[in-house]
Amino acid sequence: MLYQMNFGDLLPYWQVLARGLLFTVVLTLVSTVAGIFVGTAGAWARTFGPKWAGTCVSIYVELIRNTPFIVQLFFIFFGLPAIGVKMGEAEAAFLAMTINLGAYSTEIIRAGIQAVPYGHLEAGSSLAMSRWEIFRHIVLKQAFMKVYPALSSQIVIVMLGSAVVSQISAEDLTYAANYIQSRNFRAFEVYLVVTGIYLALAIALRALLRGIARAVFPKG
Amino acid sequence: MSKFNALRLGAVAAASLATVFLAALAPAAADALADIEKAKVIKIAVPQDFAPFGSAGLDLKPQGYDIDMANYIGKSLGVKVEIVPVTSANRIPYLQTKKVDLVISSLGKNAEREKVIDFSVPYAPFFSGVYGIAGEKIANADALAGKTVGATRGAIEEQELTKLAPSTATIKRYEDNNATISAFISGQVDLIATGNTVAAVIAEKSAARKPELKFVIKDSPCYVGLNKEEPALLAKVNEIIAKAKADGTLEQLSQKWLKQPLPATF
Repeated sequence: MLYQMNFGDLLPYWQVLARGLLFTVVLTLVSTVAGIFVGTAGAWARTFGPKWAGTCVSIYVELIRNTPFIVQLFFIFFGLPAIGVKMGEAEAAFLAMTINLGAYSTEIIRAGIQAVPYGHLEAGSSLAMSRWEIFRHIVLKQAFMKVYPALSSQIVIVMLGSAVVSQISAEDLTYAANYIQSRNFRAFEVYLVVTGIYLALAIALRALLRGIARAVFPKG
Repeated sequence: MSKFNALRLGAVAAASLATVFLAALAPAAADALADIEKAKVIKIAVPQDFAPFGSAGLDLKPQGYDIDMANYIGKSLGVKVEIVPVTSANRIPYLQTKKVDLVISSLGKNAEREKVIDFSVPYAPFFSGVYGIAGEKIANADALAGKTVGATRGAIEEQELTKLAPSTATIKRYEDNNATISAFISGQVDLIATGNTVAAVIAEKSAARKPELKFVIKDSPCYVGLNKEEPALLAKVNEIIAKAKADGTLEQLSQKWLKQPLPATF
């Protein structure tokens, strides 16, 4: 027998989907901003920072990049309460995504920093710029320009990876899909719709990132 | 002899043969209890994949609430018990084909099953409920206001709780029992909605947050299954279960395997 499609069964749950969508969008935006910030600090530590800081960041980066995201998430949500660090599922999701993106973006941004010619730094010094000014105005801006496409991809990956946070009952888009599926058993329709929403989200996110690039980076 | 006559003779012969067979079968079907007492052995189907009711122990022999119950019934009848491990799919066919005399296999009662087999009185509690640590004062669903309750998404108790709980209660839904259990043990949720068997597992593994029953969501106790038209055996099994309840055996089994006292309503 052919499967009878019925998208009408999803209609009563549109608010659940809308709430899930909002959660995913907010979670992605907030943890992207925080993650890039962590990544920038990490990249600075590994290139210009003191040796001990560079070592610490290396350990952090390797630890996060070589373990599954879901395990990191479970450790924060289910594991940390054992030593008295308890946070809600939204906070745990935000923290896990920030730590994850932080590690990946550390390496991406570091690559950008190392691609800045040393002569530019010397030029900054000869203009009596402070180390902070050199990093901020000469190194960072060029570094971001060089690695922007790689960084954009990583941000989209993090957004898509956020689906995992449904496993700790964070009520994101995937959680909404699972919830609806457990109520009306319309798995095909629900996941098809949610796949479409994720696709639209990813395309919108890339468009947003391109817009930011056009506004921030000078032509050339 | 005409062909017609030959056919008729055959039909008569077949009918009388059938009568003889039926007559031979009838007494056996009429009183399984007498047969058991005569053979001095009772065959009982038990689960082998459903702890704590029945699972393989370290010696690979089945152990659990159902096995203890089976042995108790055998002892009360004064006969040897032959344990027959079954799965939930084949336990009723085993009974219908008389490979076993009784099914003690965490069997719940429903209308379809009642059409094909008989049920004793309940011998074990099986229910889902809301559990929490000793300090939580929760007597019913309304008292969940402002609390967070963990449940496994799609499970009966989760769906029922969604209907029962007040809007200020937060239900946290997890993908599987393990995540739900972790959420409770780590204190991410105040309470947990789950089955009494799962609560028994948590009680065994987590001394710090031992779950205690707050209220029952859905009750579906276990019954001993037996073949239809066996009034003597049914009466005897019911009598033994009543005795087990009265002499504290069921309470002991509940404490031993379910890590909880028998519910007051049982």
